[in-house]
Amino acid sequence: MSTINKNAQQIAAEIISNKKVGAYHHIVFAVGDIASHVKPGNFVAISVGGENSSMVLRRAFAIYRTIDRGATGGALEIVVAPHGSGSTWLTAQMPGVKVDLIAPLGTSFGIPTEPVRALLVGGGYGSAPLFGLSEVLKNRGCRVDMVLGASTAMKIYAPLDGKRSVSSLTITTEDGSTGLTGKVTDVLAEIIETNQIDIIYSCGPMGMLEAINKVASELGIMHQCAVEEAMACGVGVCMTCVLPIKGSDGQIRMLRSCIDGPVVDGDSVIWEAKRTIPEGTWGTN
Amino acid sequence: MFNFQTSIGQVNFANPIFTASGCAGSGRELAQFFNLTELGAIVTKSIMLKARSGRATPRMAETPSGMLNSIGLQGPGIDLFLEKDIPWLREQGANIVVSIAGESVEDYAVLARKLRSVPGISALEVNISCPNVENRGQVFACHPTTARAAIEAVRRNIGGELPIIAKLTPDVTSIVDIATEVVSAGADALALINTVLGMVIDTNSMRPKLAGKTGGLSGPAIRPIAVRAIYQVREAMPNVNILGMGGVASGRDAFELILAGASAVSIGTATFGDPSAAMRIKRELQDELVSHGFDSLHEAIGYAHRSDGGLR
Repeated sequence: MSTINKNAQQIAAEIISNKKVGAYHHIVFAVGDIASHVKPGNFVAISVGGENSSMVLRRAFAIYRTIDRGATGGALEIVVAPHGSGSTWLTAQMPGVKVDLIAPLGTSFGIPTEPVRALLVGGGYGSAPLFGLSEVLKNRGCRVDMVLGASTAMKIYAPLDGKRSVSSLTITTEDGSTGLTGKVTDVLAEIIETNQIDIIYSCGPMGMLEAINKVASELGIMHQCAVEEAMACGVGVCMTCVLPIKGSDGQIRMLRSCIDGPVVDGDSVIWEAKRTIPEGTWGTN
Repeated sequence: MFNFQTSIGQVNFANPIFTASGCAGSGRELAQFFNLTELGAIVTKSIMLKARSGRATPRMAETPSGMLNSIGLQGPGIDLFLEKDIPWLREQGANIVVSIAGESVEDYAVLARKLRSVPGISALEVNISCPNVENRGQVFACHPTTARAAIEAVRRNIGGELPIIAKLTPDVTSIVDIATEVVSAGADALALINTVLGMVIDTNSMRPKLAGKTGGLSGPAIRPIAVRAIYQVREAMPNVNILGMGGVASGRDAFELILAGASAVSIGTATFGDPSAAMRIKRELQDELVSHGFDSLHEAIGYAHRSDGGLR
């Protein structure tokens, strides 16, 4: 049975730093020993708006990376795009402010036991969790290639120290303002062939994940992706963030992306359902 | 020492803070954040006869001081629930209130029969007011006759002393009329209120934001509606226990519902924003009661109805 991440803790975490990077904000929180329990792909749920806020729901953010320095020095970092009222509030908070935070939540990327050739694909700020994953893979002796895409150069998140952890980095933008003009899926097949990729890890908007999965499926390559669904609670009680997933028993179920995800096998998602309940889903008879 | 005890239809609870059905699952996730035995009771997500996928997504829209949901009662069905969830909750030592929902009067009868001999349950919440069904005609609590039929079906089949709490909607002309009907049909207590039917249109896509178009509004935005409903029903039937709910986010809010007439208070949407909200509210409520000079919770229940005009 699916259960909440056993390491999840709710704490008041102080913001240590908040810096604007391109179109995004890079925010660092002091989280103590939580940092040592975070795995690439896990997310954090943060309450926004302060006391007496009219925003009643928590916001979920992919964790960019953590720095494990024990109970006093542990830090957790996220990359935030200020587009809604909650994320805009968070990006306006200064160092010293404490926020209510729950981490780590959700599933993490599966790490192969053998050194494999991995391709990491990120859309927009969805690239953030891939850099931590890249570090872990590299430490396991894996070769890591990366493709990042966005609508425009400002929306590519690729910090210098992150770039160092990958063997090659390909950037695509839809307006051609940096890198190749087009979408990440335009370049996948060639990179997969050239570098003899064994597994793809991806993070970004659902449309992009679906397109990546199509390529991976056609070429018979394993694909793990971190899905994005609107969440109300982030801890598994509200049942809003569900999506249709086929289990190993062949049964489709509406599973919570906060508990059974965000990282799922690309082939297990019923992408064509497009927010409907597919026929034959458990509980539709 | 402050007496925090309360009772709902002859069953005593150590404190008046419950979860709200549909806002705590079956307790497993919240147990990561606090000990479930600290709750007056956990009210489980309304369970139906069969497994149910729920509605399509998006199922949620945040609104000012609230949210709309159209989950559509996703759940495993009563048999799996009794096999997996109830034994687990019993192991935790939690006080359990099972919430049931049916699509027909017969469903309620069968659910009651399946629950009648299950040990370790403190009370039964009969949800006859879930707004997230395809057909508004299926909202039993919208009509006195259907409300009565559903509660009678449970009463006839439940046997024994398990109290029946009928969960009602404020989306009716007179909630007092419905409350009177279900009490005469055999309900021991009332759960007030379920979510309020609402809608949000996304002004970018220019379509309803929820896949199910309409959804149930919850959160502090509906608290005055809850206070009104509880006050009206308490005034009409001062001897019927009320499990109050609707936008309670603080001890002050819980106190408000208790003053209106609630014997216990369920925490719903606040749990989505803060999984340990129930524990915080429990502490705050006790402080609130003590600071207003009450020696027991019992003295405060319905206190806003007093006619002497005296100030504490």
